[in-house]
Amino acid sequence: MTDRSPFKTAVVAVVAFWILVFVLLPNLLVLAASVLARDEVRFIRPGFTLAHYRALMSTEILGIFVRSIAYAAGTTAICLAMGYPFAFLLARSSARKLLLMLVVIPFWTSSLVRTYALIIVLKANGLINTLLLETGLIQQPLPLLYSNTAVFIGLVYTLLPFMILPLYAAMEKFDPALMEAGYDLGASRLQVLRHILLPVTLPGIIAGATMVFLPALGLFYVPDLLGGARSMLLGNLIKNQFLAARNWPLGAAASMTLTLLMGLLLWAYFVSVRRYGDPREALTR
Amino acid sequence: MTPTPIVRFRNVTKRYGDTSAVDRMNFDVYPGEFLTLLGPSGCGKTTILRLIAGLDEADVGDIFIDGKRVNGLPPNRRDVNTVFQNYALFPHMSVAENVGFGLKMKGLPPSTITSRVGAALSMVKLDELARRRVRALSGGQQQRVAVARAIVNEPLVLLLDEPFSALDYKLRKQMQLELKRLHRRLGITFLFVTHDQNEAISMSDRIIVMNDGRIEQIGTPRQIYESPDNMFVAEFVGEINTLDGVVTAAEQTTLTARVEDAEFPMTNRRGFQPGQRVKVLLRPEDLFVSQLQDEAPGPHLTGTVEDQIYKGTTVDVFIRLASGTTVCATQFFNEDAEDISYRVNESVHVTWIRGWEVVLPDD
Repeated sequence: MTDRSPFKTAVVAVVAFWILVFVLLPNLLVLAASVLARDEVRFIRPGFTLAHYRALMSTEILGIFVRSIAYAAGTTAICLAMGYPFAFLLARSSARKLLLMLVVIPFWTSSLVRTYALIIVLKANGLINTLLLETGLIQQPLPLLYSNTAVFIGLVYTLLPFMILPLYAAMEKFDPALMEAGYDLGASRLQVLRHILLPVTLPGIIAGATMVFLPALGLFYVPDLLGGARSMLLGNLIKNQFLAARNWPLGAAASMTLTLLMGLLLWAYFVSVRRYGDPREALTR
Repeated sequence: MTPTPIVRFRNVTKRYGDTSAVDRMNFDVYPGEFLTLLGPSGCGKTTILRLIAGLDEADVGDIFIDGKRVNGLPPNRRDVNTVFQNYALFPHMSVAENVGFGLKMKGLPPSTITSRVGAALSMVKLDELARRRVRALSGGQQQRVAVARAIVNEPLVLLLDEPFSALDYKLRKQMQLELKRLHRRLGITFLFVTHDQNEAISMSDRIIVMNDGRIEQIGTPRQIYESPDNMFVAEFVGEINTLDGVVTAAEQTTLTARVEDAEFPMTNRRGFQPGQRVKVLLRPEDLFVSQLQDEAPGPHLTGTVEDQIYKGTTVDVFIRLASGTTVCATQFFNEDAEDISYRVNESVHVTWIRGWEVVLPDD
């Protein structure tokens, strides 16, 4: 760094301060809480222990971990399946700006509010059921709300734009001549998809998957509002330990484990970027 | 006897929206030849390659490859390969993987692929770089990879879409030579697209000059350069001086035309009749300039030197004629004329050897 202008120093200092005080410090506090003993009154008290991490190994909590990962993976898969072809067409569409706008518009409203709105759509006398009953397609209202389906719908609905945007960025950089070169060299459509489009846009896929998978693990209010009593996910577990069960160390341990998991995924992302190139960098020149 | 064409266009039209990129085109490509499509950008030459490759479909007409009609046949089932303008190399693959892609898609065994890729890479002198990522290569190296990736499949026709346009002048000259050598070695038919007339003339067996989706002239580089069929070809290919003239007398094979104020005997190749207005075209290197004190060289034009540009081996002399038209004459240094410089505003004679002119109707 040769440029040491005061402006640059100030900008860097503000961001460094922010990260230090509001990101690093809280995480260190959580890490500390996770290895301290539980206290009924003051939540934590001194005394190093790994008991809370051991407690995470209980079948019940492990089950929540596994289910959360399964939900997050399922959500990611659905978002990818919906987002990938959409992003491909989006990058080549003449109505690109409009479509991109439609993807971004939901961000204008809080996702919590939008999740409440989903209740109105999904409930027994909600929009979908009314429509299906009126058209005579069903006789009984479908039990949509408070089900695993509702949780999936909520998660996919909330997170789909986070899949589409990085995919779109990768697709926009993708040179269509590469596909033509593939056909020209004798590849079928499926082979072009597998050997050219997918690998070249892989950084976008991984970025999108990361941006869907990680939040999906922690979005506690979606299962809270849309899921049944048994659709507790990791985010709910952590929230409950802190607010309801008042077991801060256990909540902190679960939180640290989640952070570690996310860290691993981010590391995998960076490895893949190093291998396949930055999705933001032009892939063609 | 002419050989069977390897590619044949019959009345082919391709429209994009309202404009015809290719308009009722007919031509044949013969096995083993180096055929160049030459024309200004947007004249439809790239479209022709895309139609042959199957990346675009003709709206009207028939395209044959090796005697078989290929309309509707997808690109992966056509026995031709393309070197794309920006190479379109696969960024996630190594050089060898790029080159081996076509063979892999054909399902050939890995050992075969390895040996053929090796052979193709040594043909373009890239053996050393087989394992490199393509993004780490220079422009010239990428260009070679693109060529190797196409020729390794031993296509019936190799389609080259302005392959040198991204290279600097020196590299371009070198790649032209190498491509020409490669063509001789492989014996594959090359269909080459360029807007650079020097490139076309120096590399091709035959040239198709195109404009606005139509063929202006098909011929050898020499025919195109020395006897252009029309004004477009004459002006597009190389520098040329255009003079207005009127036929004053005409025989079977000769004619006399008045140009400026002088009468010139010329060769009558197009059955011109007396009274007809013509354009007399002369390449700068075909004009001879002499000073007034020298012996008058037979029929000649008179003018004043406006400018001269030294070009190393030649000097370009710009001469304003009485009518106001300026002509350019390229003078060569040689034993007879070690000093061929003129003074600005000096009066000079300009003439040419009879028969070197091209006479076209003025319409």
